[in-house]
Amino acid sequence: MTSRTAKGTPSGSGQAVDTHRAGSDAPFIVTLCFLGGVYVLILVGMLVAEASFTSPLHLIEALGSPEIQYSIKLSLFSCTITAILSLYVAVPIGYLMSRFEFRGKSIVDAILDIPIVLPPLVIGLCLLILFQTPIGRFIESYVDITYAIPSVILAQFMVACAFAVRTMRVTFDQINPRQEQVALTLGCTRSQAFWSVVFPQTRRGLLTAGTLAWARALGEFGPILIFSGTTRMRTEVLPSTVFLEMSVGNIEAAVAVSLIMVIAAVAVLIVARVFGMGISYEGLRRP
Amino acid sequence: MIVVDSLSIQLGEFTLSDISFRIERGEYGVLMGKTGCGKTTILEAICGLRPLVRGRIGLMGRDVTRVKTAERGVGYVPQDGALFSTMSVRDNLAFALRIRKWTAAQIDARVAELAELLGIGPLLSRTPFGLSGGESQRVALGRALAYRPGVLCLDEPLSALDEETREEMYELIASIREHTGVTALHITHNTSEAERLADRVLVLDEGRLVVRDDGACEQSVDETSREEAELGSQEVGL
Repeated sequence: MTSRTAKGTPSGSGQAVDTHRAGSDAPFIVTLCFLGGVYVLILVGMLVAEASFTSPLHLIEALGSPEIQYSIKLSLFSCTITAILSLYVAVPIGYLMSRFEFRGKSIVDAILDIPIVLPPLVIGLCLLILFQTPIGRFIESYVDITYAIPSVILAQFMVACAFAVRTMRVTFDQINPRQEQVALTLGCTRSQAFWSVVFPQTRRGLLTAGTLAWARALGEFGPILIFSGTTRMRTEVLPSTVFLEMSVGNIEAAVAVSLIMVIAAVAVLIVARVFGMGISYEGLRRP
Repeated sequence: MIVVDSLSIQLGEFTLSDISFRIERGEYGVLMGKTGCGKTTILEAICGLRPLVRGRIGLMGRDVTRVKTAERGVGYVPQDGALFSTMSVRDNLAFALRIRKWTAAQIDARVAELAELLGIGPLLSRTPFGLSGGESQRVALGRALAYRPGVLCLDEPLSALDEETREEMYELIASIREHTGVTALHITHNTSEAERLADRVLVLDEGRLVVRDDGACEQSVDETSREEAELGSQEVGL
């Protein structure tokens, strides 16, 4: 049997009182709060500064402008179409990537991240060049895309969809695959198992992916600038309006429009938080 | 009847090879072994959820090696129950019957029959959320038995239950056997569970399967299951 005399170590009986003192947690917590707090303060400060820069009068004036009204309408329309299209693509890709192993999966995974890491202007340029190829020209011979409304939707979609895909993949990853396996043993095809067992569980993921894609599309500017242009009453969306108003020195209108975007983004965040995370089916049906 | 003949399964780095055993019609087989030794993999292979490298599987006199999971006629009860969380208990029980396009009256009658057998009548309108471990496993058993499969595969269904609930489940399983005559393969690492339930105990140890009939004499696969598998081959046409 060993006998040690240092503080906090067992004595001969092995029953010594542990005199070890742990240091304070305060420095650690204070450092975390400081680093996180600085970021949160800057975020809040930005929004407060912008809100205080404009006035309700400026907002009403901005909303009265036909160009800005068109820009709001086009933004709402294109973002909604983009969000819907993104979900139609994100659900199958998210499910495939979550449930199946196949050769080249890591390459596909990397390709799906391209819109997230590529500079937005480059995406716009790539789209513009794509529609100068024979296939692109063939499509354009039937439908006007470049510098028209479809180009706005396509430019928003190419970026926003990548975020929806990521969200849906995480959603499917979090759903226990055992339930599908049980459904298969009970006589389901894969399709029946998906629609009856898996898909009903994606409600929150769908809402989060849809709102994320919508919000992302609303703020998209780079690819639209290159691929659609910023023609007033034609391809002008809210970020284009901010750019155009700033370029002519009308900072009040630019701030008023950007405040509209802030309000829309906050509304989307609230929708995602309340409906996406707060209320679950199980909670509603709990006896 | 469950006949497994020279089964080889590759799962990443993990390999199970040359596994053979046989469980007679109406018998309750218990597969034991250490955690991670491949018990669940064998069960999943029988259910059609794992691809085989080699070997054959026969269920109730039919070679199902290349049969789709949905057409094997196996009732599967996973460890966590894996109840369909967006459905009520009633819908969980009726799931396989709806897939088979039973009429509403037939479904209602079968669900009522299962609810009585399993003692889950008061739970029918509830969702799986908030059910106790024992209640969840009863529902999972009912869901698996609903379409009257010939074979029942249970993956450690009692492992998360307390002693009292476990006793109730032993009695319930005995009652199910009496009413349905189902052939079962039950995975556990609990010796007393195996002693209570098993007609035949199979022990998987370092990739080698040892068969113990009625918990008595030990025979290795090399000595006996080959013979049994051959017999099974004749019966299921393997």
